[in-house]
Amino acid sequence: MANHTNTGNPNVDLAYRRKKNAEEMKHQVISFVLMIALTLVAFFAVGYDEFSHWFSVPFILLLAAVQVAFQLYYFMHMSHKGHEVPALFIYGGVLVAFLTIWAFMTVVWW
Amino acid sequence: MHAEEKLTAETFPAAPEKATLEGKNKFLGFWLFLGGETVLFASLFATYLALRDKTAGGPPAHELFRMPLVFVATMLLLTSSLTSVYAIYHMKNFDFKKMQLWFAITVLLGAGFLGLEIFEFNEYVHEGHVFTKSAFASSFYTLVGTHGGHVAFGLLWILTLMIRNAKRGLNLYNAPKFYVASLYWHFIDVVWVFIFTVVYLMGMVG
Repeated sequence: MANHTNTGNPNVDLAYRRKKNAEEMKHQVISFVLMIALTLVAFFAVGYDEFSHWFSVPFILLLAAVQVAFQLYYFMHMSHKGHEVPALFIYGGVLVAFLTIWAFMTVVWW
Repeated sequence: MHAEEKLTAETFPAAPEKATLEGKNKFLGFWLFLGGETVLFASLFATYLALRDKTAGGPPAHELFRMPLVFVATMLLLTSSLTSVYAIYHMKNFDFKKMQLWFAITVLLGAGFLGLEIFEFNEYVHEGHVFTKSAFASSFYTLVGTHGGHVAFGLLWILTLMIRNAKRGLNLYNAPKFYVASLYWHFIDVVWVFIFTVVYLMGMVG
């Protein structure tokens, strides 16, 4: 069978897998709470008048990058093994994304 | 293992999305597609960033945007991302009913998000912020609207999968389909994180 077992007893393996899945789900909920917290901090940072935009803009961009990393590595399972090629595709896209944004922001003049 | 094989919780593989060749191909092909989507949205973000100050006498971003509404929409979409994680969690445990339930909750939250966005756009249009008003307006509606279109497509996709497989139950033929749809849904949230940061929050601070 292809259920990646070691014991040869499907019931024991099922219990083990369920436990592992439940543990992973706990990590997912923790990352969700962190993502909500990052979102709240970003909205508050913008609402708080004492911060100049020279601070708040890079700060909220950093918060967004951290939140997206949680989304990719936990919710989309990129932290699991077997995601080398997906990482290549996504980071390839991100590279082109940075180039495009940099080009448009410097070249568009009107 | 072949795709249509009747499985039980004991024989269901730990990674059902990649247990068949078709599943493996779908997984890889879908990530390639997401790389392409990254580039698509990058070009729309780049256009918006280059043109966002060109309001041509129309309302500027910080007078226009309804932040409480954007905040609620953000919470809805972020929560829907977690509920689709729950759906995949139950898929891996071979619990078809619970998977369907959590996908249904995901669809409801996503529909709430879409409803808010339609309401928001309607408000803006009544304030003179129409698509052809300025470079700012055009690039805003193209970027946020393309994301909204993705949400609408994602909702239809997940609903179609749920209805199509309602009586079939879970097997290795449809497990990769559900998995890939949930990846798409997370990606929509990834894009939204940058939209609320770059468009709305940066629009408030200038």
